[in-house]
Amino acid sequence: MDLTLIYYLVPSMIMFCCGVYGFITRHNMIAMLISLELMLNAVDINFVVFNRYLYPHALEGMFFTLFAIAIAAAETAVAIAIIINVFRAAKNIDVADLTKMKN
Amino acid sequence: MFSNILIYFVLIPLIMLAGLALCQNIKQIRAVAVTGSLALCGLSVYLLLEYLGLRAAGDEAPMLFTGSWSWFSPLNINLAVGVDGISVAMLILSSVILLTGSFASWKIDPLPKEFFLWLVLLSTGVFGFFISIDLFTMFMFYEVALIPMYLLIGVWGSGKKNYSAMKLTLMLMGGSAFLMLGLIGIYYHGGETWNLLEIANNSSIDPAWQNTLFCLTFVGFGVLGAMFPFHTWSPDGHASAPTAVSMLHAGVLMKLGGYGCFRVAIYLMPQAANELAWIFLILTGISVVYGAFSACVQTDLKYINAYSSVSHCGLVLFAILMLNTTAMTGAIMQMLSHGLMTALFFALIGMIYGRTHTRDIRLMGGLMKIMPFLAVCYVIAGMASLGLPGLSGFVAEMTIFVGSFEHTDMFHRVFTILACCSIVITAVYILRVVGKLLFGPVYDEHHLSLTDATWWERTSTITLIICVAAIGCFPNFFANLIKFTFSPSIFAVIGMN
Amino acid sequence: MEFTIPLLILAIPLFMFLLLGLAGMKMSHKLAGVLGCLGMGTVLVLSYYTAFTYYFSGNPEFISAEGVRLQSVIFNVDWLAFTPNLVIRLGFLLDPISAMMLIVIPTISFMVHLYSMGYMKGEKGFQRYYAFLSLFSFSMLGLVVATNIFQMYIFWELVGASSYLLIGFFYTLPSAVSASKKAFIVTRFADLGFLVGILILSFYTQTFDFITMTSQPGAVFASTAGATFMGCSVLTWAMVLIFMGGMGKSAMMPLHIWLPDAMEGPTPVSALIHAATMVVAGVYLVARMFPVYLQVPTSLDIVLVVGAITALYAAIVACAQIDIKRVLAFSTISQIAFMMVSLGVARPEIHECLGYMASMFHLFTHAMFKALLFLGAGALIHAVHSNNYTAMGGLRKYMPITHITFLIGCLAIAGIPPFAGFFSKDEILSAVYAYSPFWGVWMTAVAGLTAFYMFRLYYLIFWWNNPDYHHRPHDGEMAMSLPLIILATISVVAGFIPFGKFVTWRGHEYIIEMNWVVASVSVIVAVVAILIARALYIRENDMPKRMADSCRWLWTAANRRFYWDEIYLFITHKIIFNGICRPIAWFDRHIIDGTMDGFAYITNQASYAIRNFQSGKIQQYVLAYLIGALLLAIVTVCCVL
Repeated sequence: MDLTLIYYLVPSMIMFCCGVYGFITRHNMIAMLISLELMLNAVDINFVVFNRYLYPHALEGMFFTLFAIAIAAAETAVAIAIIINVFRAAKNIDVADLTKMKN
Repeated sequence: MFSNILIYFVLIPLIMLAGLALCQNIKQIRAVAVTGSLALCGLSVYLLLEYLGLRAAGDEAPMLFTGSWSWFSPLNINLAVGVDGISVAMLILSSVILLTGSFASWKIDPLPKEFFLWLVLLSTGVFGFFISIDLFTMFMFYEVALIPMYLLIGVWGSGKKNYSAMKLTLMLMGGSAFLMLGLIGIYYHGGETWNLLEIANNSSIDPAWQNTLFCLTFVGFGVLGAMFPFHTWSPDGHASAPTAVSMLHAGVLMKLGGYGCFRVAIYLMPQAANELAWIFLILTGISVVYGAFSACVQTDLKYINAYSSVSHCGLVLFAILMLNTTAMTGAIMQMLSHGLMTALFFALIGMIYGRTHTRDIRLMGGLMKIMPFLAVCYVIAGMASLGLPGLSGFVAEMTIFVGSFEHTDMFHRVFTILACCSIVITAVYILRVVGKLLFGPVYDEHHLSLTDATWWERTSTITLIICVAAIGCFPNFFANLIKFTFSPSIFAVIGMN
Repeated sequence: MEFTIPLLILAIPLFMFLLLGLAGMKMSHKLAGVLGCLGMGTVLVLSYYTAFTYYFSGNPEFISAEGVRLQSVIFNVDWLAFTPNLVIRLGFLLDPISAMMLIVIPTISFMVHLYSMGYMKGEKGFQRYYAFLSLFSFSMLGLVVATNIFQMYIFWELVGASSYLLIGFFYTLPSAVSASKKAFIVTRFADLGFLVGILILSFYTQTFDFITMTSQPGAVFASTAGATFMGCSVLTWAMVLIFMGGMGKSAMMPLHIWLPDAMEGPTPVSALIHAATMVVAGVYLVARMFPVYLQVPTSLDIVLVVGAITALYAAIVACAQIDIKRVLAFSTISQIAFMMVSLGVARPEIHECLGYMASMFHLFTHAMFKALLFLGAGALIHAVHSNNYTAMGGLRKYMPITHITFLIGCLAIAGIPPFAGFFSKDEILSAVYAYSPFWGVWMTAVAGLTAFYMFRLYYLIFWWNNPDYHHRPHDGEMAMSLPLIILATISVVAGFIPFGKFVTWRGHEYIIEMNWVVASVSVIVAVVAILIARALYIRENDMPKRMADSCRWLWTAANRRFYWDEIYLFITHKIIFNGICRPIAWFDRHIIDGTMDGFAYITNQASYAIRNFQSGKIQQYVLAYLIGALLLAIVTVCCVL
């Protein structure tokens, strides 16, 4: 049995949908961040797989993924820092309750 | 650029801003404010002398000390300056009121530095407005003068200050919207130039557009001139504003409205003015009487004075719309006179409020016994307001009435006589306040321990009283200063003298 | 004539006002009083000098070769130029009537200055009082020497303001405050008419100048011919409106209501302002504009009718007042109305405007004896500390000087020869009879009433009963008695002045001839009235009370001044205040401001309605985005397929 493109795309699709679902339904910021990571990684998989299967001689997809991973790491760090600070200030990281800046 | 004296009217406030930003304590702030405004006073008096000198030497140009520096050439925007007698008079008025306002806010609390920063920024706008002859820069300075109002009232005000600040700013901004439309219209229909003199000289505004543009600009400036029915920002705004802001606002900013109506709406669109003056005459005629009647039943000192301003400023616009030299001279004199005496009123009200902590005339009485200096000044201000000869109100009103009476038709006659009636109603509300507030037995025992004016309060009020009396005693000087500058060309179009 | 002295006449009182007003607080009472008196004394000397120069010097500036007195402008400086023609000038006009006023005003003013040294002794604000007196003297002098109608209006307003300040001198008394307010507002209302009159007149004549207007009225007013408004010529309107100003200042019906209340001021002030000088400004105004009034006889008829009705009304009311100053106030109104009537009947064809001369003559004599009466009343009030005659009686024993001088004043006003009032009133009555016997009889009746109420007052004060006084009343000190004596002397002799030689219409000399019929009738009427008063009031009895009871309604109505105050109160409070001001203020707050707030409300509601689109919840946005993206995808796919 050959590992065709579709074997990669389906799990990444499932990952992405899980990410979307989690992002929309979770109120906890950490959970939202995890969901975000899921979506990012699903996209990364797609990049690599498409690159590998469709244009085996090009490397753009790989590079893009590497950039995305690096940026995701930075972004997570920043996001965690914000979340920790928010938690310190509000003792809570539920996005529905963080309405202090409104009004 | 720096050889033009007019630029310093904007530069000095800017330097004051920088100076204030560096200030560490209240003493330095006061020093900067007083020095700067004294410098402005000196500058305006110097300008007056220079101006008179040039006129005496036979300079007949409509504007003197002109200068123009390109600012944004694709849209022909220049920083163009120039003054005639009216602007000179207004510059003197503004600098005097800035000076007395600084004295009146000697003990401003909290955030004195920020207060003076905004106040000086506001006056930058005012001075800039009066020296500009480029419509765009004029409008820009106009906005610079309006916006600080919001913070000054919202932060340092009293009573329902948020509401008032919001209302005042929004209504004036609404006026600005009309105004901007009008100015852009003038730009495109007046030969793609913003320069007042060029537009007036070419008299090039498309007659088909004049009516629209006249209405837009007149209403735009009229809102600031408290024209009925766009005057309601005035009572609330003045009532909530801190003393110096009320003084500057009623004393100078409302004059921007009258000045703008004259300088832009009528000067640039005389045919439309001639055609449509009657609509606005009705509105301003109503303002005059309506404001006076409303003032009769108010109980808050500032409301009384605000409605009185509606009435007096209504008279300014009313006279401008009469479209003849005498009435317009009267209008400008009324602007001067009202600016000074209403500033005096607001200063005194602020001082009384600072002591009694109420502005309700029902809760005060017999202040003449407690604070004779302030009370006497209040009586003098009242007498100026109700038009006692020898003080400024009389000469201004009489000039307006005589000028208005030059129209022979029934419509103008009726409205002139209606406007004359305001002198009686003014007497009623002024004497009502004076009788209740200053005379009679002392109403509140606690007031007996209050003190009379301090030296800075005395400086502020005495300066204003001297100015009011100067105009009242030597009116011909001011009348001639103003009168010379009415360019015959606009009257040629209207067909009046 | 050099301008220095006339200028000083105006400048000294102004300077005294500024000096006493600004530096008065630092001075002692005595110094301030002495300074005030010195200033006024100097003015007195200077203005006597000026007036005598005018009348007697024979200078061709003042009198022509034919013996006609001329109008002479001593100086005239531009003050405010409205247009090249309409210029307000401040100047000094000398003519028969202004020269006469230059005698009257400083005389009375000086007497009052002197008298006040005693009367106001120890009052708080003594310096301020003298400052205001100086201000008033300045304004009044400026008014009478005005060269143009606008100068007159300026000083007209200034006398109004100084009257306001002086009536409200005791500013802690609510009654004084409201009286001063009333006086100012009522006269202001009248001044509105004056102002509009000036505007009309100056518009058509293109001049403010008195001499231009009055020397050739026919030519100057040619331009008004044909201009009409509501059936009357504009000139009639202008003159009636100007007269309205005079009605306000001179307290003619229906604008008289302020004068009785003005008695709340210190009594010397009443003597100066509200009896002798300011209140005759209206008469003076009509006299000043008289040649113009002659152009429109209708307006003179109005002057006559208003004057005659006021005279009768005030005389009736004076019979039923309790407060002695109120009696004198109504008597003043009545006497000023006499002067107005006299001007109203003056016509060139009737003894060369005898009425004009008579009016000025009466103005002169009335100023003297009414000031005397007021100062006498002041002395009485000072002695018994009450304004009401019910607190007085039998005072002739305690206060001989006051008694005698007051009696002289009463005889003068009643028109008993040889006192001053007889001569002037007789001239007025002759003029009125010559114009119309009906008004003649009317005015004779008023003259009789005058004699009655004055002697009613006299007997009630000095005879009647003799109540127990807490402390023995006595004459005032020298500063108070001296003016009384001087004024009484003048009241005795003033009638013998050959007034026709000095003051006539157009300056021609006029020889006064006694009209013996009129004179004897009026004297008989006066004597009878005095005898009735004597019979009723010489000693305490209940006859007056029974008479009052027998026609109670009339007495009450007269006592309440025929309810004019109530009518005014109704109009001002119920109609103007509650009916106009309050609705307007309500309209402003609720309708106009409500509209503005309504705009803000609508904007707010609209933004509330759409704000849910932007909740700030990122998850909602993502969902919306997702749905949108899916829909787009479906649409795209559908289209492609």
